[in-house]
Amino acid sequence: MEKKQVLVACGAGIATSTVVNGAIEEMAKEHNLKVDLVQIKIAEVGGYIDTADLLVTTAMTKKEYSFPVINARSFLTGIGTEDTKQQILDELKK
Amino acid sequence: MSEIFFDESVILLDVEGIAKEEILTVMGRNLVDKELVKESFIQAIIAREGEFATGLPTAGISVAIPHTDVEHVNRKTISVGVLKKAVDFGVMGDESEITPVKLVFMLAMDEAHSQLTLLQQLMQIFQSEETLKYLVSEKNKTSIKHLLEEKLDFMACKGDE
Repeated sequence: MEKKQVLVACGAGIATSTVVNGAIEEMAKEHNLKVDLVQIKIAEVGGYIDTADLLVTTAMTKKEYSFPVINARSFLTGIGTEDTKQQILDELKK
Repeated sequence: MSEIFFDESVILLDVEGIAKEEILTVMGRNLVDKELVKESFIQAIIAREGEFATGLPTAGISVAIPHTDVEHVNRKTISVGVLKKAVDFGVMGDESEITPVKLVFMLAMDEAHSQLTLLQQLMQIFQSEETLKYLVSEKNKTSIKHLLEEKLDFMACKGDE
């Protein structure tokens, strides 16, 4: 399987994306998946449109991208975490 | 990496305000007065909250984690504000939704891409209804400080990357 580039974004790129980044790293290890995690500010997504396979974000985005976008707020609140994890795994395993 | 600053003086009880901007100003001003952040921090955190809301509806009590860019910060700290009355904040990642926030954790971070353990532990607090309820009802700042020190394990974050 090809290594997927996953963008992890939040508003400032310092707080919530760090938590989400950590959660995906752990998941990838657990499922033995190789991912290229890139932690950025949501405003920086434009620079990765040609290379990214997935965007996981806690910030809203109105833009349409050629890759799927998953909302990761559940990693912060603990509500619906399993669903979000499954969504991410499904994308990573594609 | 500097150690996190945390004591009773960054814990504010009965913070009053009608709008989130007032709450952010009161909490931000306290950090400016203590020289933990620069004067620009207040405007920056209000602007960031307007652009990217940080309200989080949790199991019980809604919280908000306002924060902004590292250049406005002198020394990293987490300021805790317990609001006298719930104030509406936008929901993170959901522009159209608002949530009545009772607890504000204002994050002043001094470097990007770090503090993973600290932030993960903070999110753990949000997932414990019991802890959140304790925080909004406790009137003793020292008790709140002790609880957070224990939950956030500040010492363990020292060498964390």
